[in-house]
Amino acid sequence: MNVTLTVNGEARSVDVAPNTLLVELLRNHLGLSGTHVGCDTSQCGACTVHMNGASVKSCTMLAAQAAGSEITTIEGIGTPERLHPMQAAFRECHALQCGFCTPGMIMSAIDLVKNSPQLDEAAVRHGLEGNICRCTGYHNIVRAVLTAATEMGSRIS
Amino acid sequence: MYSFNYHRPTTLDAAAKLRADCEDGVFLSGGQTLIPTLKQRLAAPTDLIDLGAVEGLAGIDVNDKRVMIGAMTRHAEVARSQALRKVLPVLCSLAGQIGDGQVRNRGTIGGSIANSDPAADYPAAVIGLGATVHTNKRTIPAESYFKDLFETALEPGEIVKAVEFPVPRRAAYCKFPNPASRYAVAGVLVADFGGKIRVGVTGAGPCAFRALNLEQALNAKLAPQAVDAVEIDYERFNNDLHATAEFRANLVRVMARRAVAALIA
Amino acid sequence: MNSVMSDPAVKKTGIGASVRRVEDIRFITGRGRYTDDMNQPGQVYAAFLRSPYARARVVSVDDAAALEVDGVLAVLTGRQMAADGLGDLPCGWLVKSKDGTDMRQPPHPPLAAERCNYVGEPYGVVIGTSIAAAREGADAVMTEFEELEAVVSTADATKSVQIYDNVPANRSYQWELGDKAATDAAFARAAHVTKLDITNNRLIPNALEPRAAIGVYERSNESFTIYTTSQNPHLARLVLSAFVKLAPEHKLRIVAPDVGGGFGSKIFIYPEETTVAWASRRIGRPVKWTAERSESFLSDAHGRDHVTHAELALDAQGQFLGLRVKTIANLGAYLSTFASSVPTFLYGTLLAGQYRTPAIHVEVDGVFTNTAPVDAYRGAGRPEATYVVERIVETAARELKIDPMELRRRNFIQPNQFPYQTPVALVYDTGDYEASLNKALERIDYSGFAARKAASAARGLKRGIGFSCYIEACGLAPSKLATALGAGVGLYESGEVRVNPTGSVTVFTGSHSHGQGHETTFAQIVSDRLGVPIENVEVVHGDTGRIEFGLGTYGSRSVAVGGSALMKATDKVIAKGKKIAAYMLESEPDNIDFDTGVFSVRASNRSMTFGEVAFAAYVPSNYPLDELEPGLSEKAFYDPQNFTYPAGTHIAEVEIDPEIGVVKIANFVAVDDFGKVINPMIVEGQVHGGIAQGIGQALLEHGIYDETGQLITGSFMDYCMPRADDLPNFSVDTTVTACTHNPLGVKGCGEAGAIAAPAAIMNAVTDAIGVKDVAMPATPERVWRACRGE
Repeated sequence: MNVTLTVNGEARSVDVAPNTLLVELLRNHLGLSGTHVGCDTSQCGACTVHMNGASVKSCTMLAAQAAGSEITTIEGIGTPERLHPMQAAFRECHALQCGFCTPGMIMSAIDLVKNSPQLDEAAVRHGLEGNICRCTGYHNIVRAVLTAATEMGSRIS
Repeated sequence: MYSFNYHRPTTLDAAAKLRADCEDGVFLSGGQTLIPTLKQRLAAPTDLIDLGAVEGLAGIDVNDKRVMIGAMTRHAEVARSQALRKVLPVLCSLAGQIGDGQVRNRGTIGGSIANSDPAADYPAAVIGLGATVHTNKRTIPAESYFKDLFETALEPGEIVKAVEFPVPRRAAYCKFPNPASRYAVAGVLVADFGGKIRVGVTGAGPCAFRALNLEQALNAKLAPQAVDAVEIDYERFNNDLHATAEFRANLVRVMARRAVAALIA
Repeated sequence: MNSVMSDPAVKKTGIGASVRRVEDIRFITGRGRYTDDMNQPGQVYAAFLRSPYARARVVSVDDAAALEVDGVLAVLTGRQMAADGLGDLPCGWLVKSKDGTDMRQPPHPPLAAERCNYVGEPYGVVIGTSIAAAREGADAVMTEFEELEAVVSTADATKSVQIYDNVPANRSYQWELGDKAATDAAFARAAHVTKLDITNNRLIPNALEPRAAIGVYERSNESFTIYTTSQNPHLARLVLSAFVKLAPEHKLRIVAPDVGGGFGSKIFIYPEETTVAWASRRIGRPVKWTAERSESFLSDAHGRDHVTHAELALDAQGQFLGLRVKTIANLGAYLSTFASSVPTFLYGTLLAGQYRTPAIHVEVDGVFTNTAPVDAYRGAGRPEATYVVERIVETAARELKIDPMELRRRNFIQPNQFPYQTPVALVYDTGDYEASLNKALERIDYSGFAARKAASAARGLKRGIGFSCYIEACGLAPSKLATALGAGVGLYESGEVRVNPTGSVTVFTGSHSHGQGHETTFAQIVSDRLGVPIENVEVVHGDTGRIEFGLGTYGSRSVAVGGSALMKATDKVIAKGKKIAAYMLESEPDNIDFDTGVFSVRASNRSMTFGEVAFAAYVPSNYPLDELEPGLSEKAFYDPQNFTYPAGTHIAEVEIDPEIGVVKIANFVAVDDFGKVINPMIVEGQVHGGIAQGIGQALLEHGIYDETGQLITGSFMDYCMPRADDLPNFSVDTTVTACTHNPLGVKGCGEAGAIAAPAAIMNAVTDAIGVKDVAMPATPERVWRACRGE
């Protein structure tokens, strides 16, 4: 079947089998390998992308369900020359080690901050419950999200 | 994932017809349970009927007597609804505790209650608030809706359209999440309908249920310690690696006590 | 540590500076290159046939229906692999029993042919043109098994049905260390004996990137390239060549690109990468496999799983007289690559801890069960040792009503006693245990604990505090010692510093980064030493085609051993640079000084920059080529003289809700002595991650098999991974005693948190409840029951 959608601002039309997951469309059909798959039970959040601005697990959606929507992946939020504030904060705060959970973590964190006019450490920790990191112990991820949140206009308490 | 035919109808009638016409069809709403099930090849339906494009299934309609939530309304919308927060804040709080942020952006109330997962959160509200389930064929009162483990009163091809919640004077939900999956090991919703108490319990048994003995004790005295004297029969409670039935019974008691404390605070 | 990060004396990018990581740019923009991100032309896909039984005979494999599935190319089995002459997966460390006999081990074919011995053991593979086709094909294979009685329990393994004909009582070895007679004598004169029975729970490593491999056979020159998620690609090449007999070493190239975490689990040589390479030769196309998480749970090597009885003898003053430890260690169904060494040489040797205990005797039964192989997982043996020592010391303090800190102080090895020979083989080179203890006590506000406990009690909560004064042996390892103890490989590391004609530097290391930040830390070392801007230094790792040799990353060895190799190579570069500069500047090499990128003739104004010397090295216009070769590229192998001994104190303060058994970590302090630190920011991150895994072990994680050998915690729905809201912010700090025997003075930091934290947490939990022990993980139900006195 044909799925038409917008990915990182670009209109795309892709022929896929009906049982293709959104993450498979991104990784295998569009070559956007920044979105990762870390589990098969929708727990780890490594596959998180934005669909119409909201974070979703792209391993838990059919590509067909994304038809007509706007998808943003880690590749679509910034470049090495112009990092998104969340990307910059992750580097500055050493919020990543192996980097595998990082794209999903950043995409979740952006959604969290956008929907939180006010944030504190506990809210960030709770807000990241859909993403698993095995390397960092989250300490620096929390610091990075709070740092970026300030930059993005949230109030930090 | 096994292969299947995918349909995306725009009306309820078309959805029902597709389901009737195919060999082994299933409805897809938020997909937060169905897609993982398909991925693990634990189900092999011939057809998936996506309700995502069906008109009129999503939305929250509020007045001071009742709240109507469309089946395709996402948990995140319920959690963030300002209108809902004014009349039935417990539903916002409950929806905000389902799964995680990404799951709440996709999962729907209709999908949740159609699945009747014993550890899902919404069933506690459906039971505890005495909701009415509206389908494309009829209305079903909460008490006769949940039948057993992953079993509801829905007939094959019947589609949940909306859930109607009466507005209590006050209500509170307390949940003990499974630390791994974040599903409810035990969740208790206590609602006060002007002197008449209802208690809905999820997580503990094969499906959500009304705790009549807790209601009786709380109707006698609406105080946290009122639950302490209540015998909690856990013979049919779930017993798994996360909690024995005995521990679940304790959790039901403690969550009930804490819900009452929050309710009267 | 914040003070170090902002110390103006530290050069901005040099040793000691918190340089932001070089590798991060690609990871935060989605440009990382992990194995599953790679694809080869003509690639096909593998789906493994895995045993549904813990122990079964493979009666027959019927592939007829599978071959009918659209897109299925082949079904290959263990019998075919054996017929093709592929050998077994070896265990690289020979442990001897106390009676002098060699450890016993069953053959471990990459694909089982006759018998399967754990759920998830691969016995065949289906190759398809798509992942879906391969998996559907695998579902269609009809295999007849004869199910056999399985052995699951660690404690009862020696008394259960015998799994292998050549392994009586399912015991691989009965290993001992220490002086039994001296220990018995110590107990005979003890004023007090503390006894403790504890278990160390089975853990599943769960690096977030599932294992993956692509086997590419090149028909034209009969060579293989294998892209794989490995912590040590050269070791994989060695094993696949020498033991598995896949191909001669020079016909094998192993590439471990970006790897998404390892924690030990990606050290080992697994059936799957072996199989995809072999299948690629049979099929004539590249074969790719990426584990689903549920496969990872079943087939990654697990960690820990000990049952231990320990006794500590003390005199009337609380001096430790002797320690006696008996452990049963579950090895799983086969001996994985380093499995035998973990509960022996990496465990028994650490039982002295930070203390002067004069007599220690440890006996370890390594047993086989019908469960996934158990091997090194972050800490590997040392968390188990620390757990025994620090739990029993704390228990003794409670029994004797001595402040647990005071009891430790009475028994610490003192700074003036180094080098210190322990009764369990190791010689600690340096340390100051009281310094880290004191700093940690200050950070946790120990004197305010009583008031905080009272405040918790007023809210109906139980507060407890727990200590863990750990030591670890890292920087594996002196090859002479390791091989004498049974290691099948040397444990040095190699490095190459290749200065390019324009003065930029390419650094090759046999060490491997899968999150540790080598591309930054190693660049700092070389940049600092050569005075070359860090952006002009590139670190290359993870490719046997580009790097001469290497032993990879594990045991917190990368900087201590791999970094030291680079120091050595860098020194050679400088020495050669001095020779070149001497000719160019018409002086003698001995008369040339090198400092911050400048070669200068002593007591003169004549000098050349590093870049000028590099250019001259490749444009040899002015020096005699019969005496000095052109080029400026040097290699070094560094073999450590001793282990390094990071040590420190971790303190946990917990608050328990007794009604629901939930343990909240109110505060966690870690003060570690890692010797000198190259990049404090990275070191701090390593500590955080280790602590999180230690807390995970103590409170959340548990690999559980049921009595039939089915893994019942086989997904993230049931195996509880630590999330952000399970953990607190960590308060971390360091003290420094420089390692005495490597050129950087470093000790290693990768595992400390995982080693120290479980004992700190469990000491705090048991303190809060007032019980001797709660089994790890201290789940809500276990804690609830303990609070009720059950």
